[in-house]
Amino acid sequence: MTTANQNALAKYKNNFLKEVEANVEDGHWVKMCMQCGVCAGSCPLGPHWEHSPQKLFMMIRAGKREEVLGSDSMWMCTSCYNCIVRCPRKLPITHIMHGLANYAHRLDLAPKGQPTRDIAKLFWDNLAKTGRVNELKFSLAMYFKDGFGQGVKNAMAMQATGLGLLKAKRLNPMEIIGGHKCKDISGIKKMIAKAREIEDRRRGLA
Amino acid sequence: MADNKFAAYICSGCGIGDVLNVGALEKIAQKEGKMAIVKNHPFLCNAEGVQLIKDDIANEGVTHLCIAACSRRAKAEAFSFPTVAVSRANLREGVLWVIAEGADHDEVRQEMAEDYVRMGCAEVKKMTLPGGNLKESSSKRILVVGGGMSGMTAALAAADAGYETVVVEKSGELGGFANKLLKRVPFSGPYAEPQPTGAANMTARVSHHPLIKVHLNSTLAETAGAPGRFNAKIAQESGAVAEELVGAIVQATGFTTYDIAKLPELGGGQANVVDQAGLEAMAKAANGGAIKRADGKEVKSVVFVQCAGQRDASGVHLPYCSGHCCATSIKQAMYFKDQNPDVDTVVIYQDLRVPGMGEDFYRSAQQKGVIFTKGKAGRVTGGDNCKVEFRDLILDEDTSAEADLVVLATGQVPSAGVNLDDWTATVTAAESGDETAKAKKIELQKTSVLNLTYRQGPDVPQFKYGFADSHFICFPYETRRTGIYAAGPVRRPMDMLQAQEDATGAALKAIQAVENAARGRAAHPRAWDLSFPKARLEGCTQCKRCTVECPFGAIDEDEKRFPLFNEERCRRCGTCMGACPVRVISFENYSCDTVGSQIKAVNIPDEFEEKPRILILACENDAYPALDMAGIQRITYSAYVRAIPVRCLGSVNTIWITDALNSGYDGVMMMGCKKGDDYQCHFVKGSEMAHYRMSKIGDTLKQLGLEPERVQTQEVAITDNARVARLIDEYVAQINEIGLSPMKGFG
Ligand code: SF4
Ligand code: SF4
Ligand code: SF4
Repeated sequence: MTTANQNALAKYKNNFLKEVEANVEDGHWVKMCMQCGVCAGSCPLGPHWEHSPQKLFMMIRAGKREEVLGSDSMWMCTSCYNCIVRCPRKLPITHIMHGLANYAHRLDLAPKGQPTRDIAKLFWDNLAKTGRVNELKFSLAMYFKDGFGQGVKNAMAMQATGLGLLKAKRLNPMEIIGGHKCKDISGIKKMIAKAREIEDRRRGLA
Repeated sequence: MADNKFAAYICSGCGIGDVLNVGALEKIAQKEGKMAIVKNHPFLCNAEGVQLIKDDIANEGVTHLCIAACSRRAKAEAFSFPTVAVSRANLREGVLWVIAEGADHDEVRQEMAEDYVRMGCAEVKKMTLPGGNLKESSSKRILVVGGGMSGMTAALAAADAGYETVVVEKSGELGGFANKLLKRVPFSGPYAEPQPTGAANMTARVSHHPLIKVHLNSTLAETAGAPGRFNAKIAQESGAVAEELVGAIVQATGFTTYDIAKLPELGGGQANVVDQAGLEAMAKAANGGAIKRADGKEVKSVVFVQCAGQRDASGVHLPYCSGHCCATSIKQAMYFKDQNPDVDTVVIYQDLRVPGMGEDFYRSAQQKGVIFTKGKAGRVTGGDNCKVEFRDLILDEDTSAEADLVVLATGQVPSAGVNLDDWTATVTAAESGDETAKAKKIELQKTSVLNLTYRQGPDVPQFKYGFADSHFICFPYETRRTGIYAAGPVRRPMDMLQAQEDATGAALKAIQAVENAARGRAAHPRAWDLSFPKARLEGCTQCKRCTVECPFGAIDEDEKRFPLFNEERCRRCGTCMGACPVRVISFENYSCDTVGSQIKAVNIPDEFEEKPRILILACENDAYPALDMAGIQRITYSAYVRAIPVRCLGSVNTIWITDALNSGYDGVMMMGCKKGDDYQCHFVKGSEMAHYRMSKIGDTLKQLGLEPERVQTQEVAITDNARVARLIDEYVAQINEIGLSPMKGFG
């Protein structure tokens, strides 16, 4: 499927739409959009991103593969579900947005340094290691994701909050060494590997 | 005539007796109204009250009666006395309910009621009971012109209802445009797949129906007469002429497609650019297989361009939307997808309009993978590899799509025959000896569909954009040619389902028309009316205003060039009566005198009393009901007005206005329906005529030394109940400002 990356796509042909249908969660809904613009008008993030769901769906139909998968718009979605609730054609828009983001990520066409994408990656890596989210490590990883100097600055800025959490026993400093884990880590890892295998197979990404 | 006996009945029910001095009203009816019998009753519309009147008719020989009670629009059944002439004085809706309560208003309220009694008595004295226009023989057969889906539907509807029907079809077979289609859009759930047209089935039913007679390869050479007695000469291919006597006509002559050669910028005329009809032919030829181009190549990608030469604001192409073409393109895209889902089908639309349940059909096409793109096509180039350049209106960019085939969704052009404006201008020029006009008249005649022998021209008038006439806003089936009903795309652009519904309605209208004609009554909107216009030809100056102004082409000319009324064509609007400068046209129950005598019956106070009198002439279809409804809602207005219902503002003769002003009225208010392109006038042109005539009344006012504000014309809709009251009060205030009429005391 990665060959599709190099595919020169004819405009307003079905190629990219078919790719989306095959590989993106709920992608088969894209053709059903009637371009009413209700989602675009409903999205609270509307003014802050380049492509509304309406536009993205039209771009898919127009065959604009690079632009769609390289767009940062679907990363901006906050899952507020406004659009889903309002779409007269009942498109599961939020899910499609996430599906598109995920697909772009997997193909590594998603924008580099996109904060949502970075956080999602950190979160996932953190979680996959022990089967539980280590909040302390996750926060630190976030502070330091843009380098050591920035990390220190971030940590200083959040100092008061951190101390407060400590006092209230909401934060255990000992988590920094290992932290608590699931009982059967290898089982969890196997499970994740299997899930990924199934998904990749389904999406032709294996 | 000798034994006329007049009676007045005054009701004191509904609170009338509590507020008005009924005894005084009775005296007025007796002394001023000169009624031989005057009675009052506390509940006139109940069985006892009605019996009282019936007894007087039977035992006392009453021939004319005035009922002073509620509006003429109320209790019409109780107060129906078909053997005598009846007038109604509107005391309830017209006085009691609209004049403010309280002793302050007692005097003006009573004066108003007394005037209405005077008017009711004066009116009935000028009325006679209409005799009707029963004809010995009246045909109830129905002629359907056009054998397409609309025509066949109308014929079957009429025939199934038991009416003999004659179908005239120009071509050699029934079915019309539907014969050219592979399939039609679905008419019933789940609205997902194209369906067989059903034309063959209908053709068979029509051909074998015992009550339907079909003339193929035939046209109408001449149509003479009127509802109930149309004589149609049907020219057959062989040259023979068949004659059919029919009572009403349904014109279902359909449409032609807009010529794509007129759209060179959209590739019209180039290879592999076709219109929707062209695609149907290709799909039929493919017969379920892959659709192939003229050069034999299988179509792998197709672009549909919607609104091609339609909704065009430049004035070059069709300005309107044909309504069916979005759904048709959806259907045609499915032809491709159903045969081979890998064919790329793109529909470029500006607004996808799919009336009815078309939205489901649209969704079905999306499910099948048809791509819809909101855009405006700029340039199309045909050839082996067609290209459609367009502006993508969502992505807001100029772009293009390539395809093996481009389909242009062009519009429907009605086949409505001769444009009567053009005809009248040509005939007028031809009559004054213009040779080119004479030649043009012959050419025009050839394009006529109905070839009516009417003085007003050979076809029905045309509505906007050349469609056959329709009272579009209020009564879409009605045309200005009584007994002739247009149905289907000749009337407005429409799809097959709408055309069939339309045709069914037209068939019902035709049935009404033949039944009304047989009973000697008017057609819509006065279908119960037995009166018809009579002209005292001794007085006629042959000015032809009636002939020209009759909105329905009811008046021809006889050999001596006098107006020749065709009662069956007449709608009883009275426009001719309003037009006639020497006032020789009248109805038994509605005439210059019935209204004129009411105007004169009103008691005009002298100028020192400072009570203005304003005459309201209100159209009885919309304005008068609006006044009544103001009463029903207890919306008050000034007690200085006196309202007289008129059949149509078109029936207002200027003599009424000058009489009123001469006898000291301070102002005249005319209330009629909306005129102009989007008219709501029941009689189409009546309100417009009235406005036109009143625009000329300025000179008369000047001669009388009166201000132009003393005559006012208003457009009033039936829902304007609050507005009429406001208009009245504003006008009274305006009259008070300019001062009372100087004419008082001279009348
Ligand atoms: S769910 Fe996402 S795309 Fe939809 S309205 Fe909310 S933020 Fe916008
Ligand atoms: S609301 Fe639904 S149909 Fe409308 S533009 Fe958005 S996705 Fe399309
Ligand atoms: S009453 Fe109306 S329809 Fe009848 S002849 Fe006069 S103008 Fe024509």
